[in-house]
Amino acid sequence: MGDSQYSFSLTTFSPSGKLVQIEHALTAVGSGQTSLGIKAANGVVIATEKKLPSILVDETSVQKIQSDTKYWSCLQVFLSFHLLSRKLSYGMGPDFRVLVRKSRNQAEQYHRLYKEPIPVTQLVRETAAVMQEFTQSGGVRPFGVSLLVAGYDDNGPQLYQVDPSGSYFSWKASAMGKNVSNAKTFLEKRYTDDMELDDAVHTAILTLKEGFEGQISGKNIEIGIIGTDKKFRVLTPAEIDDYLAEVE
Amino acid sequence: MSIFEYNGSALVAMVGKNCFAIASDRRLGVQLQTIATDFQRISKIHDRVFLGLSGLATDAQTLYQRLVFRHKLYQLREERDMKPETFANLVSAILYEKRFGPYFCQPVIAGLGDEDKPFICTMDSIGAKELAKDFVVAGTASESLYGACESMFKQDMEPEELFETVSQALLSSVDRDCLSGWGGHVYVVTPTEVKERILKGRMD
Repeated sequence: MGDSQYSFSLTTFSPSGKLVQIEHALTAVGSGQTSLGIKAANGVVIATEKKLPSILVDETSVQKIQSDTKYWSCLQVFLSFHLLSRKLSYGMGPDFRVLVRKSRNQAEQYHRLYKEPIPVTQLVRETAAVMQEFTQSGGVRPFGVSLLVAGYDDNGPQLYQVDPSGSYFSWKASAMGKNVSNAKTFLEKRYTDDMELDDAVHTAILTLKEGFEGQISGKNIEIGIIGTDKKFRVLTPAEIDDYLAEVE
Repeated sequence: MSIFEYNGSALVAMVGKNCFAIASDRRLGVQLQTIATDFQRISKIHDRVFLGLSGLATDAQTLYQRLVFRHKLYQLREERDMKPETFANLVSAILYEKRFGPYFCQPVIAGLGDEDKPFICTMDSIGAKELAKDFVVAGTASESLYGACESMFKQDMEPEELFETVSQALLSSVDRDCLSGWGGHVYVVTPTEVKERILKGRMD
């Protein structure tokens, strides 16, 4: 990877024992729009703000939640990512697309080998391994995205967060981005283990609403859900508006 | 003589009621000379999946080692055993990797899947899977085995009856094949136990 002049890693330890590049990547992630995920008893919901930089942007073309695997409705895992609203041009959106591409590849390879849908943990492990590679290879930089991976497999609904460092965590509910501490406090208060998927969607909307600047509507947030049918869906703006009406 | 007939072998797997049986002969030969009379053709991958490999013995051994390796890694990563259908797919993929320089083996895979449903399948040396609901056969004695199994097989046999049927089918078929025989090795697997039995037939 890279030519011989850059066969050394750009991510090196500081005297205090930190990997500064990864800290910077996490800062980049932390200054992006709020995203959150909630694991319910019968599914997982992922929600994110989708503030577009200008009214001239065609919002139908912007998709922050992408499906990862899709075969015979066995398992559908989807990733949502944490976007730096004005820094798309700096390579974070593309970072996300590269990761989605690699994860889709991994999932399909697994399926080709075993004719079974890939378990969520395995997919997360392999995606994390890719992200870790980019912190220890020559001439590359870490990814500027944190991923929220939600899925439903034989072990039930699962929610994982994968960081630029390559570490991953399983969450019952998690948030990332600008409003992360408020959002997490809110989720800690509101989360219950026996929450149903609909309750989780409501909670997700309320959490987003907490730190939202401006009027929240179906057009400036994106919500994806996966239920016991193991099929993920990105909710349409109309459906989101319905949930919003219920919440008020 | 074909490379598949170099060592001689006979394998059969049969489905019963919530159980399955997998059986093989015990002869290892080098063309017409008998080298061993206690050769193991069937191996356990885990408690609920068994693999039998017929054909060239060296390829059978190496393939078995590779598959055990893959399965152990799978167990470590996924913290669970492979289902028989999954294992069959893995074997098929591994065989096809060597499409233009294949392993000269014909595997027979038998296992208990979800809800203790018996699963059997066989494939050719380049991974073409053949699923069956009743029985599968492989090896130099396969033609005789087809005939014997077809006539002796019944649906939903209990483990003891299944054992008798498989044993009779195996012993009568290897008697018509000079390259396989010297006894039999039968495994009858139910959700609760695995019964391994050695058969004594015509020792020639």
